[in-house]
Amino acid sequence: MPSLIDLMQEGRTIQQHSPWPRAVADAHLWNFAASELAQGRWSLLGLWGEPSTVHMAIIDRDTADIAVVSLDCPDRVYPSVGKYHPPALRLERTINDLFGLFAQDLPDSRPWLDQNRWSVRFPLGDRISALSTTAPYRFLAAEGDGLHQIAVGPVHAGIIEPGHFRFTASGETVVRLEQRLGYTHKGIEGLMRGASVERGAQLAGRVSGDSTVAYAYAFSKAVEAALQLAVPDRAVWLRALLAELERLANHLGDIGAICNDASFGLMQAHCNVLREDVLRAANTAFGHRLMRDVIVPGGLVRDLDENGQAAIRATLDNIPVRFPALVELYDNTASLQDRTVGTGVVTAALAKQYAAGGYVGRASGRAFDTRRAPGYPPYDDLRFEVPVLDEGDVNARVWIRIREVEQSLSLANQILDRLPGGPLRVPVGAAAGPREGMALVEGFRGDIMVWLRLDGGRIDRCHLRDPSWFQWPLLEAAIEDNIVADFPLCNKSFNCSYSGQDL
Amino acid sequence: MRKLLFQSFFQGPFTEPAPALDPTAVEELAAALQRAARRRLGRSLSIREIDAGSCNGCELEIHALNNAYYDVERFGIRFVASPRHADVLMVTGPVTKNMRDALERTYHATPDPKWVVAVGDCARDGGCFAGSYAVVGGVSQVVPVDLHIPGCPPPPVTILQGLLALLDRTAKDATSIA
Repeated sequence: MPSLIDLMQEGRTIQQHSPWPRAVADAHLWNFAASELAQGRWSLLGLWGEPSTVHMAIIDRDTADIAVVSLDCPDRVYPSVGKYHPPALRLERTINDLFGLFAQDLPDSRPWLDQNRWSVRFPLGDRISALSTTAPYRFLAAEGDGLHQIAVGPVHAGIIEPGHFRFTASGETVVRLEQRLGYTHKGIEGLMRGASVERGAQLAGRVSGDSTVAYAYAFSKAVEAALQLAVPDRAVWLRALLAELERLANHLGDIGAICNDASFGLMQAHCNVLREDVLRAANTAFGHRLMRDVIVPGGLVRDLDENGQAAIRATLDNIPVRFPALVELYDNTASLQDRTVGTGVVTAALAKQYAAGGYVGRASGRAFDTRRAPGYPPYDDLRFEVPVLDEGDVNARVWIRIREVEQSLSLANQILDRLPGGPLRVPVGAAAGPREGMALVEGFRGDIMVWLRLDGGRIDRCHLRDPSWFQWPLLEAAIEDNIVADFPLCNKSFNCSYSGQDL
Repeated sequence: MRKLLFQSFFQGPFTEPAPALDPTAVEELAAALQRAARRRLGRSLSIREIDAGSCNGCELEIHALNNAYYDVERFGIRFVASPRHADVLMVTGPVTKNMRDALERTYHATPDPKWVVAVGDCARDGGCFAGSYAVVGGVSQVVPVDLHIPGCPPPPVTILQGLLALLDRTAKDATSIA
């Protein structure tokens, strides 16, 4: 059995790609990679298109080796990966929508992001006129006595992003849930084409509002990888501080919101106060509550002064005083546990197959964290644990987040203790000729992947892959056999991004 | 839980004083609001929030209005689940083409008199997504907008200022007519 690296040597290696290798394969090699993914030895990191090429990023489960396999498809067709490996399905449907490249024998050829409202088809490919009539979207069938359908969205009852959920229920029990997304598709990868690196960073930071730090971080790392740029130490450490603050704020907010969806408002009231404290400290330190547009290629645009340090320290000191009582409250309230324990289970097998990142994977036994492996500085220099549980239910996802709050507090303190001095940013020059870069960054939701090609200082192609791509389908599985009323609870415990997925 | 509840008797409230009004927002509203409609509204607002394609940043800050520091309900402002219950549609995002229809339908499902508040830079003119094949542009290209609250995203205090301005005008006009 060849390793991922052996496989890469069979293809034609692309020299200007870093930090991981990329090779152009033939259909045979492409199919071999797909079958290895299906066998479970490798995991799919991403699958994306260009006008006449498809790319597949793979990570070896055991060695954490990463590689990109590319396939030229001048005839507009390529062998389907999703046929063997279901996690690729939505990605292949998207490649068809955006580029007009068709995956042969794709088991599900319905459009995914394209709802025939853009007045153009294949907007990043050949750009032809839209279809004159729209066929209704055909939801998957569920048949049986007494089944009924519940259609929810795209406009929901709460303050959340738009998406459509089609439930088929037998009485109160959900028999099938099918998601239809794409409502927040803004054409970000289209806007990236030909954009400057600065504009690219601005767009990347707006892929998903709650992960604005993680996206700017990943985009910047990809640019720096492409240009072989070394970022000053102080920026490396401050970036991690921003990422941990973002994780803290999101986890605190979500722990409260999950409890609120189990009709336990007290937790939300207290958790939201802690979340607000983090955002205010971030605002004092970096001039923006969500820390937007602070990380840019080459470093950071704003340094942390003493005032900012004090604000962050005060928050980091306050949370350990207040949070444990809330954890105890969560753990000791029977009515709350009754809703979260055993609800919305994701099996370990599914989490592994879909290579689910973040708390969704870690609550179902998948100990994957890009801060650890492949790892990146400064995390290789910091002490932290990656909490893992096996139950895979809502309760397990809450506990992973609780543990991650503790880890992020510790990480942020370690960073502040050891924050190096020196410059904050290096200039990003324009290299001649095409350069390709890739980055994986651990956002609060899981691993965010950015792949890009620069040409003469401009972005030729940039693909951003949200962890939600591999988590949304698991929500469909998790809700099965649960009651309809538990859907908000399950959904919030996942908290998948709509905007990040729709892009 | 008892301990936590008990503590809250002795601990001061988290809630902070209301922010001062933003004069530009008041001005914009003065032109936008119809006198008769204002009288009906009284001093409360029910808001239906609709994300028409935002990155979710604005939603995070709108959510924050409900936390104990801002406690938006003390001003009679509350978020409701259905457009049928709403006086105000609060819209975010650069209105994607895939959301245009849903936004229009939500607008028509909201009973008159109604106001549309567009929150965030994207909602004004599409923000940094303007020009994309998948984006319509500002909210006003789809439904009439009465008030813009700028920011990327606007912090909760700014959103609160805009909403208070809306309430202030409606209350004043109600008394002057009555």
